Amino acid sequence: MIQYAAIILFVFGLYGLFTNKNVIKMIISLNVMEVGLNIFIISIGFNSDPNSIAPIISSTNQLSSVFVDPLPQALVLTAIVIGVGTTALGLAIAKNIYKTYNTFELDEMEESA
Amino acid sequence: MKNIFGFLISVTLGVFIILALANTDAFPEFGSANTDNRVSSQYLIEDNVNDIGSGNIVTAIVVGYRGFDTLGEVTVLFISALGVAFMLSSPKQERLDLKFRPNFMLRVGSKILFGIILVTSFYIILHGHLTPGGGFPGGAIIASSVLLLYLADDKFRSNIKSFKILEGVAGSLFVIIGLLGLVLATYFLQNFLPAGNIGELLSAGIIPIIYILIGLKVGSEIAGIVDNFLTEEESA
Repeated sequence: MIQYAAIILFVFGLYGLFTNKNVIKMIISLNVMEVGLNIFIISIGFNSDPNSIAPIISSTNQLSSVFVDPLPQALVLTAIVIGVGTTALGLAIAKNIYKTYNTFELDEMEESA
Repeated sequence: MKNIFGFLISVTLGVFIILALANTDAFPEFGSANTDNRVSSQYLIEDNVNDIGSGNIVTAIVVGYRGFDTLGEVTVLFISALGVAFMLSSPKQERLDLKFRPNFMLRVGSKILFGIILVTSFYIILHGHLTPGGGFPGGAIIASSVLLLYLADDKFRSNIKSFKILEGVAGSLFVIIGLLGLVLATYFLQNFLPAGNIGELLSAGIIPIIYILIGLKVGSEIAGIVDNFLTEEESA
């Protein structure tokens, strides 16, 4: 069921991207989409077996135990870092837009230009 | 009107995604993931685990099996930090004014907290191959400690030049270690140090070294981004 919740979160982000005209809100919508996708990827590897554990081998967790799939977690780690980079870049562009037009609204920008 | 169109398009896309993924191997029922018939089963074979020597399998994948991926990822972060610096920096910069005057307690307390947060981040980076964590979260914590100093002291300005040098050195060392793998062993980023025993601090060959470099690089990059956002052009 969590997978459907993740897809719904993704759709929420897409809706926000369609309807918002504020640059900051658009960046936040992109982030909501990203979080939805990350939850979806993580949920693919989840194992609800009560004995399944995080994929870390230690003195108590031997290799024979049931592990959660580690590959989606590694990929999401990559995705989160790249998400931070793109968000920072987007916010930098938003700051420049505000400096030039004194507004974050795309509609008002067209009028003043 | 536009909102309704946007709503319809979004809902249609969501329904299509769910229909396309239903009843396939790639979309197992939640909680029934089985690693036996996936790529991940290779990572959990005893021979491979002993070969790579890292207790944390996620770290083994991120830095070991997919080290080249991680190099590209760090490059993406570097380029985005460069883009932020390119867009926001100008020759003469000064601190963005805080809306309040920080008092003495806040300034001293934040300096004490800074040390504790920094120690925590180094612990997380150093134990990336044994416990959850590693270079990326640890680097983010380093950057958060710098952000704390920025927010608690209105005169504080980090030495951004040394961050840039640290970032460059860490990135270059990452590539140099990869090339050493090419020279001393057979392929780029190959583990040329002994794997050691799983669970010990000095194990997993080059994985902890690379994760320390990644942590320093990510930390200095995000700290640079923080500095770029919290400074502005000097008003003449």
